[in-house]
Amino acid sequence: MKLMKINALAGLLLSATCAAALAEEVKIGMITTLSGPAGYLGQDVRDGFMLAIAEEGGMLGGVKVEVLVEDDGLKPENGRAIAERFLERDEVEIMTGVIFSNISPVVAPLTLRAGRFYITPNSAPSQFAGKNCHENYFAVAWQNDSLHESAGLNATAQGYGNAFVLAPNYQAGKDAIAGFKRYFGGEIVGEVYTQLGQTDYAAEIARIRAAGPEMVFQFLPGGMGINFAKQYDQAGMNAEVPMVLAAPSSDINILRAVGESMVGVSSSSHWNHDLENEANQAFLAGFEAEYGRPPTVYASQGYDTAKLIASALMKTGGKVTEDMDGFRSALKAADFDSVRGAFAFNTNNHPIQNWYARVVVERDGEFVNETMGVIAENHADAYASECALN
Amino acid sequence: MSQLFLEQLLNGVQLGMFLFLVSAGLTLVFGFMNIINLAHGSLFMIGAYAMALIGGVTGSFLAALVLSVPVVACAAWVIEIVIIRRLHARDHLDQVLATFALILFINEGTTMLFGRVPLFLDVPESLSGTVTLPGGVTYPLYRVAIIGAGLAVALALWLIIARTRVGMQIRAGTTNRETVEQLGVNIDRLNTLIFVVGAMFAGLAGALAGPLTSVEVGMGENLLILCFVCVVIGGIGSIRGAMLGAITVGVVDTMGRAFVPDILGRFLDPATASGISAGLSSMSIYLLMVVVLVFRPTGLFPVARSV
Repeated sequence: MKLMKINALAGLLLSATCAAALAEEVKIGMITTLSGPAGYLGQDVRDGFMLAIAEEGGMLGGVKVEVLVEDDGLKPENGRAIAERFLERDEVEIMTGVIFSNISPVVAPLTLRAGRFYITPNSAPSQFAGKNCHENYFAVAWQNDSLHESAGLNATAQGYGNAFVLAPNYQAGKDAIAGFKRYFGGEIVGEVYTQLGQTDYAAEIARIRAAGPEMVFQFLPGGMGINFAKQYDQAGMNAEVPMVLAAPSSDINILRAVGESMVGVSSSSHWNHDLENEANQAFLAGFEAEYGRPPTVYASQGYDTAKLIASALMKTGGKVTEDMDGFRSALKAADFDSVRGAFAFNTNNHPIQNWYARVVVERDGEFVNETMGVIAENHADAYASECALN
Repeated sequence: MSQLFLEQLLNGVQLGMFLFLVSAGLTLVFGFMNIINLAHGSLFMIGAYAMALIGGVTGSFLAALVLSVPVVACAAWVIEIVIIRRLHARDHLDQVLATFALILFINEGTTMLFGRVPLFLDVPESLSGTVTLPGGVTYPLYRVAIIGAGLAVALALWLIIARTRVGMQIRAGTTNRETVEQLGVNIDRLNTLIFVVGAMFAGLAGALAGPLTSVEVGMGENLLILCFVCVVIGGIGSIRGAMLGAITVGVVDTMGRAFVPDILGRFLDPATASGISAGLSSMSIYLLMVVVLVFRPTGLFPVARSV
């Protein structure tokens, strides 16, 4: 009888410690795009994120984390289903990973309404940066428009008088064109919206040829950009009308796939592999060693997102939703060494950072982006003034 | 303006050739075997992957093109014997379910084997660059070659269907399957033949598409939807219909994308026009299908049926 009591007591104690151990493990939900032509974007965000965790041996900021990863297949309805499952069944405290801006308007509000943190490594559409900004919504990489504002600045600086602009017909595509126009000094001679996931651009290329612009700006991320660049080259257009791009249309995978015809193409980015800071060098070496391939800009974003979360978890000692105010202000301080160098959050929880001009060059048989200089220093997005946060 | 029109027309015809190569098999399988094969797009994908892999190993475009077609034929042969053959007696819903499952299997299997990063092929040296066509249009040589290949296949197929004994059996079988079987034709063998040949065309289209677009998992599905439209517009079971349907769909789709924004832009401000036209041009082929079906419910070239 006595023995049984002791056993029961021991059992109780054991389950109590188990519960405590579980509570200490922070659950992070990652909804990202892993399949289809844009699958490498999500794959790199995930791998960059996981690299930061692996460096700490399964922890972020000294706190054990569990990351649940699911593929949204670039479909908002999948994003919704996964988000609901993550929030209700798995009770994740932090949601991250969304790549495309047709999915974030579904996942972000669900997460915020459930009282959890939404920290995006990529997609940051305009609607969450202005009037509808939220104290628990953080964009680590950029605000969508900024990518293309920097391209507009870059094109103006290079003295182009007019441009033909091209983007997929969805929120980020519209943000792209709006962003480019905001800082481009010249005239827009043609504006075309293509289907998301389109593979053949023959009709659009013919329109560009007929319009005869001085330059082309296109925002076609992932496989779309590769197809466009190849077909653009096949049509003999590279020599006639140069492209000025934003980072997503000129990532390392696109350069490797398209090859030589990309040499000389200019683009702008907030990160590049040749930025000389310690965090970046460590990241590059770590990523190559872990995965055996060079990281894309998306990998740098995944890594930075994990590092940001780590810095906040360190400060709160692993408390997320139990200490909303503490975790929030810890995030906002952005107290970590970003691989892109100087980085701070604006009032609307979107980045203030430098943008760099890059040009594609050949180095030892590989095609890479080389940093040419700063286009915009401490650039903030255009919507921050509409946001009521401070 | 006329140059642009001509170039867009060529783009439309070139898209039509792809659609024809895929629709030809689809319409034969549907018309003769009475089977809805949703996995037809997967055969297109298998062709593209075979092309990319063989091209990567051998470094020769021609060798890859010649070898990838038999690879697709083998895959189709296995699919026919293992799965399709069992679906003859079932209704269309079962066929849709089974072939949809096949898509999932093939896509997932391809992801496991080759990963999620798309494969890329280059246009061969001899077909790269542009040519200046009569009328002063500069057009990529490779796309001209695709149009040529499509026409050659169409001609060969027409000769087989119209002039050979097997072709006669196929035409007869499409009209009345039971009678042909009663006359002592081995219908099982004919089924396999049609399925494999149809798959070979889809595989050829996939192989040709490789250098143009990225080779990726699920690349066939988008095309397949358009191909069903071609088959329905053309008349189920009719090769001539598939050809006409494919060219029409290709041209309407391309022209919609090319000119609707400009036309709308004359009445509306540019932002609204580009928004509406993007939607409108992706709808254009479905509108076309509705119009055709209203006036010709069995398609443009209906095949006589005994049922």
